[in-house]
Amino acid sequence: MAEAAATVADIRRTAIGVAVATAAYGLSFGALATSSGFDVWQACAMSLLIFTGASQFALVGILGSGGSVLSGVATAWMLGARNAFYGLRLASLLNLRGWRRPLGAQLVIDESTAQAVAHEDPALARAGFWYGGGILFVLWNLTTLVGALAGAQLGDPQSYGLDAASSAAFLALLWPRLSSTMTRVVAVGAAALAVAVVPLVPAGVPVMVAGLAAVLAGLFRWQR
Amino acid sequence: MNLWIGVLAAAAGCYLFKLLGLSIPHGVLERPTVRRIAALLPVALLAALVGVQTFADGETVVVDARLAGLAVAVAALLLRAPFLVVVFAAAATTALLRLAF
Repeated sequence: MAEAAATVADIRRTAIGVAVATAAYGLSFGALATSSGFDVWQACAMSLLIFTGASQFALVGILGSGGSVLSGVATAWMLGARNAFYGLRLASLLNLRGWRRPLGAQLVIDESTAQAVAHEDPALARAGFWYGGGILFVLWNLTTLVGALAGAQLGDPQSYGLDAASSAAFLALLWPRLSSTMTRVVAVGAAALAVAVVPLVPAGVPVMVAGLAAVLAGLFRWQR
Repeated sequence: MNLWIGVLAAAAGCYLFKLLGLSIPHGVLERPTVRRIAALLPVALLAALVGVQTFADGETVVVDARLAGLAVAVAALLLRAPFLVVVFAAAATTALLRLAF
C-alpha cells in the first residue's frame, strides 16, 4: 500500500482481511485443543490470555502428546519471546501511555506489528496496530470457541488424523519464515535433532533441546 | 488442574514478554546477537515441533500415516493453499490411510 494513499479506512479494510485469514487458524486451534484433552473453557482461556498462535499450538501439541506441563510452558514462553522484540519496535511508534500500555501489550503479535510498522506516519501506524490487533483478537476468540466446541464432539482424534493436522499446523506456521538459506538450515537441523533425541529424553523435551541447539549452531555459523 | 496451571503460566509469561518490549529502554535488546537469537528461535522451535509431532509416539520414533499427511501439507503449501486447506488435507490423508490399512 502506498504511504501517501493510505487512509484509516484502507487500514481498517486490511485489518479485516488479515483477521479473517488468520482467524481460520483459531478454528483448528480450538479443535486441536479440545481433542488433545483440554476442555472448551481452557481452549478459550488460551486464546484470550495467551493470544499468540505459535505458543498456543505448542502448549496444546506438547501437553497433548504426553509432554510435561513444564516443557509445554517453557516452549510456549520461548516462542512468545519474539513478541518482546516486536514491542521494542512498536514502543516508539505507538508511544503507549497510562492504561493503553498494559491493554495494548496483549495485542503485540506478528499480525498487528506487521500492520503497524508498514506505516511511517505515527497516526496510521497506531491505526494499523489497534485495528490489526483488535479485530483479530475478537475473531480469533470467536473461531477458537467454534473450533473447540466442534473438537469436543469428535471421538478418537487419531481416527480423524488430528495428530497429522497438528504437524501440518506447525509446518504452516513455520513456512513463511523459511525465507533464507540460514533459516532453512536451522529448521532442518532442529527437526532432525528433535527426532533423534526423542528416545533419549522425556516427551516435550526434544523440542526445547533442538530449538536451543539449532540457535547456537546458527549463531556460530552466522558470525563467521 | 495441571492443564489450568499450564494455561495460566504460559499466559503470564507470554504477556510479560509483550509488555517487556513496550516498556524497557531502547537499546537493551538491540544487540545483533540477541536479535539473531530472536529471529532463529521460532524457526528452530516450530521445525522441531513439526519433526516431533510427525515421528514421535511417546518416547519412540515411528514412521506412520502422519508422514503421508505431512507430505500432502508440503504440497498444499507449495501450491499456496490457505491454512485450513493445508491442515484439513493433512488430516484427511492420514485418516483415510488409517481407514484403509
